[in-house]
Amino acid sequence: MAESRGLLRRRHEPWITLPSLLWLIVLFAVPAAIVFAIAFKPTDPFGGIAAGWTLHTLQSLGDPNYPAILWRTIWLAVLTTAICLLLATPTAYFIARTPVRQRNLLLLAVVVPFWTSFLVRIFAWKVVLHPDGFVKHVLAALHLVPADGSLLYHAGAVLLVLVYTELPFAILPLYAAAEKFDFRLLEAARDLGAGPLRSFWSVFLPGIRRGLLTATLVTLIPALGSYVVPDLVGGPTSEMLGNKIAQRTFVDRNLPHASALSALLALAVLVPSAFAITLARGKRDAQSGSEA
Amino acid sequence: MPDFIQFEDVSRQYGGVRAVDHVTLGIRKGEFFSLLGPSGCGKTTLLRMLAGFERPDTGRVLLDGVDITELPPERRKVNTIFQNYALFPHLSVRQNIAFGPQVAKRPRREVDDDVEKMLTLIQMRDHADKRIDQISGGQKQRVAIARALINKPAVLLLDEPLAALDLKLRQRMLIELDMVHDQVGITFVFVTHDQGEAMSLADRVAVMNAGRIDQLGRPAEIYEAPQTSFVAAFIGDSNFFEGVVAETLDAEHVRLSIDGFHDLRAFNDKNLRVGDRVVLSVRPEKIRILREQPAPSPDHNVARAVVDDVIYLGTHTRYWLRSAEYRLAVEQQHNRFVLDEKPITWKDEVWLQWHADDGFMLERYAESDEALMAIPPQRVGELDAAAGVDEHG
Repeated sequence: MAESRGLLRRRHEPWITLPSLLWLIVLFAVPAAIVFAIAFKPTDPFGGIAAGWTLHTLQSLGDPNYPAILWRTIWLAVLTTAICLLLATPTAYFIARTPVRQRNLLLLAVVVPFWTSFLVRIFAWKVVLHPDGFVKHVLAALHLVPADGSLLYHAGAVLLVLVYTELPFAILPLYAAAEKFDFRLLEAARDLGAGPLRSFWSVFLPGIRRGLLTATLVTLIPALGSYVVPDLVGGPTSEMLGNKIAQRTFVDRNLPHASALSALLALAVLVPSAFAITLARGKRDAQSGSEA
Repeated sequence: MPDFIQFEDVSRQYGGVRAVDHVTLGIRKGEFFSLLGPSGCGKTTLLRMLAGFERPDTGRVLLDGVDITELPPERRKVNTIFQNYALFPHLSVRQNIAFGPQVAKRPRREVDDDVEKMLTLIQMRDHADKRIDQISGGQKQRVAIARALINKPAVLLLDEPLAALDLKLRQRMLIELDMVHDQVGITFVFVTHDQGEAMSLADRVAVMNAGRIDQLGRPAEIYEAPQTSFVAAFIGDSNFFEGVVAETLDAEHVRLSIDGFHDLRAFNDKNLRVGDRVVLSVRPEKIRILREQPAPSPDHNVARAVVDDVIYLGTHTRYWLRSAEYRLAVEQQHNRFVLDEKPITWKDEVWLQWHADDGFMLERYAESDEALMAIPPQRVGELDAAAGVDEHG
C-alpha cells in the first residue's frame, strides 16, 4: 500500500517540480551559461561582444592585481561569516529560550532593518563613521583611534558593514534550528556532569548543525559577491572582486572580462557550497541508509 | 541514622503558585522511593530540586548529610532518567553512554571498558553504533539507564520514565527497573502519576497533593489506610459517604449517622468524637453483593441497593448501584453469579454488606478534593444517559 503510493508520488514528481525547474533553467542555468560563454568571446571597440572565440580574456585574468583582490574577497567574506556566526549563535539561543510573546518582539527587532532600503542603511553607516562624526570624535577623544585617521574607506569598515548587513541572515536560520532544539538535552548534559559551556558546545551546537550550515552559506555567498558595501564604505585598498566586475562592466565596457571574473567568483561560491551540501547529504544518507 | 536524602522545609513558588509547599521528607539509602501524585502536585519540582535544576525558595536539600542546595547539577552525585529520555540525537548509543565519563575526563581505555560493560548489562551490544532514532522506546529507556548508571551516581532519579511507552512495554520495563534496582543497589527516586507503577515498584510512596505530602508509607499502608480523602480517592477507587459520628461503641469503633442508612459502624483510628463530621470511605472490592438479606452480625454493615449497571471486566465485574442518595461502585471477583441461571443485572434489588473494619473514616475533605471524588458519579450519570435508565431515589 505504502509502496504503491510511493510509486504514484514518484510518477507525479516531475510534473510538480516542473514550474520551479523551468524557473531555474530560464532564470539561472541559461544566464549562467551565457555569462560563462561570454568569457570566451573577444571584445569589440564599442564595448560590445565580437564574433568568434578567444582565450585572450582568460589569459588576462593573470593580472597581478587579481590574486590580492581574490584573496581579500575570500578573507573578508570568511571573516564576515565567522563573526556573524559567533554573534548569531548566542543570539539565536537567547531568542529561542525567551517566552513566545517577547520572542516575536525580538524576531521583529532582527527583521526591522529590512524595512529600510539597503542603500540608505549603508549610507547611514557612512554618516556614523564619518571623519567628523560623533563616533569618530569619541574614539579619538579616548585615544582609541588617531585624530587624523579615518574610520571609513578601508577593509575594517567593509568588514564592519558586511557583518552588519549579513547578521540577520545568519540569525534567522540559526533561530529556526534553535527553536526546534530540545532544550531538555542541555539539562541532560548538565545532569551527566557537563558544565554550561561544555553542554552548549557538545550538545547545543551539534543539535543546530543544519542551521549552522545554512547560516554559513547564506552569509558567505552574498559576502563573497558583495559590491555595494566595499564600493561605498571601502577604499582602493579594500576592493573586492565584485567591485572589479562592476568596473569592467560599467567603466571599461569589457563584458568578456567581467564575465570571466563572474565565472571565477561563481566557481569560488559553488565549489565550497557543493562541498558543504555533499557533506550534509552524505551524513543524512548514512543515517537513513543504515535505518533501511 | 539520618536519612540519605533529606528535604528540609523546601518550598518553590512559580508566579504566586506554590508548587512545593514546605515539604520535609527523608529518603533512605538504597530505597526504591516513589513520589506519586496528579500533574501539578509538585512531585517533579521536588525531583528537579534534587537533580539541581530548581533551587528551593526556602529550605535545604541534603545528600548523605551534605547540603547540596546550592550545587549545580553537574556537581551532584545524582543522575536522572528524563521523561522522554533526552538521549542525544547526534550521538550513537555507545557515544550517549560514554558522555558522562568523557566529560569527567576519565582515561579512554577505562571509559571504553565501562561502556562495554554497560552495553552488556542492557543487552544492547548489537545496537551500540545505532543512532538514537533507530532504536525502539524500550531500548531508549535502557540506554538512558546505562547513560546514567555509568557515572555511578549515589541516587538515580526517574521522572515518569514509563509514560512514553505503550502498556505491554510499560509492564516489561517496570520489571526491568526493579531488577536494575536490585542489581545496583543504589537509591532510586521515582516520580509518577500512575499509582500502579508506584505501588508495584516502590518500597515507600509519598503521595503528593497541591505541593504537600499527604501521606508517606508503604504501598499497602497507603492503600489500606489512607490518611486523607485525597489519598483515598487518588489511590484506587473508593465510595464516600458523608455523615456524623453518632456514638462511640468501643475503643476502636464508632457508630455513624449517615442519611439514608442506619447503624453504620466504622473503624475509628483517628480519635474522632461524637458530633464530628466525617467522610466514610469504603473500597469497591470490600463490599459484597447479596441477593438475600444476610443474617445480622455486629461486625458488618448492611444496606439495600438497586443495580444500575454491570460491567464485565474479565478478572472481575464492576457494579454500579444506588443506595439512598449515593451511587456506589462495587467490585466482585467472579464466582457463581457469572454463570448463574439468573445473574445479577440491571434494576435488581440487592443487599450490600461490608465489614466494619473495611470502612475507614476521614475527616471532612477539602473543597479541592471534591472534584476528584466526583468522578465515579459523573461516569454513572453518563452511563445512565446512554442506557436511558430512570432516576431512582
